[in-house]
Amino acid sequence: MEDFFIRAMLAGVGIALVAGPLGCFLVWRRQAFFGAALSHSALLGVVLGLLLGINLTVSIFVLCLLLAILLVWLERQRLLASDTLLGILAHSALALGLVALAFIEGIRVDLLSYLFGDVLAVSVEDLIVIYALVIVTITALTLIWRSFLSSTVNEDLAEVEGVPVTRARLVFTLLIAGTIAVGMKIVGILLIISLLIIPAAAARRLSATPEQMAVIAAIIGVLSVVAGLFGSLRWDIPAGPAIVVAATACFITIMAWPRRRTPHLR
Amino acid sequence: MRGAKTRMVTEGKGDTLIEARGLSVRLSGRLILDNVDLRVSRGEIVTLVGLNGSGKSTLVRTILGLMTPDSGNVVRAPGLRIGFSPQHIDRDPTLPITVARFLTLGTRAPRSRLQTLLGEIGASAVLDSPLAELSGGELHRVVLARALLRQPDLLVLDEPLAGVDVSSQSELYRLIADVRDRYGYGVLLVSHELHVVMAATDTVVCLNRHVCCTGHPRSVARDPQFVSLFGKHVAETLAVYTHHHDHRHDVAGEPVPVDEAKRSSSVGP
Repeated sequence: MEDFFIRAMLAGVGIALVAGPLGCFLVWRRQAFFGAALSHSALLGVVLGLLLGINLTVSIFVLCLLLAILLVWLERQRLLASDTLLGILAHSALALGLVALAFIEGIRVDLLSYLFGDVLAVSVEDLIVIYALVIVTITALTLIWRSFLSSTVNEDLAEVEGVPVTRARLVFTLLIAGTIAVGMKIVGILLIISLLIIPAAAARRLSATPEQMAVIAAIIGVLSVVAGLFGSLRWDIPAGPAIVVAATACFITIMAWPRRRTPHLR
Repeated sequence: MRGAKTRMVTEGKGDTLIEARGLSVRLSGRLILDNVDLRVSRGEIVTLVGLNGSGKSTLVRTILGLMTPDSGNVVRAPGLRIGFSPQHIDRDPTLPITVARFLTLGTRAPRSRLQTLLGEIGASAVLDSPLAELSGGELHRVVLARALLRQPDLLVLDEPLAGVDVSSQSELYRLIADVRDRYGYGVLLVSHELHVVMAATDTVVCLNRHVCCTGHPRSVARDPQFVSLFGKHVAETLAVYTHHHDHRHDVAGEPVPVDEAKRSSSVGP
């Protein structure tokens, strides 16, 4: 097997490992669109990074965080419903990114690679960054797990019971921003969103506890990456979309599987 | 009061658990609470009544520290443990969580204790049910159980009887009163079910942005402000329910001896 293929596999697996558990929280908190909106703003982060001459991962990370803070602030104003705000923010950030891009001389950006990244061009340095992200994210998520789960069920109740609600949410936002920033350059926007949402949604029917769901989501994500990459090798199809298709196939298979026990989902 | 603060929580009945002074809250320019005072002491049941939009929930949230008042302050007895039952628990069926797990999210406890607690509340059958599948009434009981599990000094219950069928309301309310008697918790209650709640309430606070009247249920039910707010019918019904029960009124309004009335009434003295 070629080296680049193994690197792609390791990169995809790393992203899937963090995206599964993080995605569960997005699904539980009905914030799937929040993750998507932040991802869409990543292009603006890339452009700003190029303009300012700073590391792109850093610029995407900072921009995602700023937008997350802006969003929380706007939601507090209660002028518009939060899905409307997300729609405005996501697409204007994307459009701003494209407009700003046009002003930069001598750079041509392949929009397809923005959407699906170039997982087959992953370098060893990229792998180091990804696995640093994996270690940091899984450690931090384990530390905030109990508080964040409690505040996901009911934030008021958690706060009255003394859970550091705001801190847990801040840590979670940092982790999401970090995952988008690292994943964006390597696997692209659509792949990040897909690996956050689809495995988590697919895992629901197979899980009886939140922890099970997080682990199963990670496993489904990893399987999708492996299947997608082998599919791309076998049939000579683009790797990123192949991974998303594999994840969706997992989701449909699990959903269509006949129930054996009393249904737990309505 | 200041010097005794540290002992408040461990001391006996009558000590102030939480006190709000001169609370005013504005939300987007609108005055929601206007100079509200409220106090709950150990062993006391305080019921907050008021029409929709009277600021009940805002007052509860401010007292709990979930909202910051624009003026005024809330003083808690140091180390005060609060058991809270919010009005709405939004359950997402995508979160696989059982009742047992929900109960222990706030306080760790052995399974046997959860079973006992749910038994007392009349919901022992749901311990391993998914939270998303509970009925409204079952959910309220489970949330109350989670509040009790904390062994709180103060129970704050926002509409704990909503969605509970009428026959269970007085039973559940008696449980709250019973818990107060046994453990001496202070209880702050928000309720629409006035007739059920008033019978065992020590103090009623009638809220209409400001505290429009406060005191023992019997005196509040006669307060002109209360009557004009809730209407004569409600006030009269309450006066009946909060009597010392030497007699009751039958359907025609004639007084009947309490022994006879007891059988047909859901609320005893």
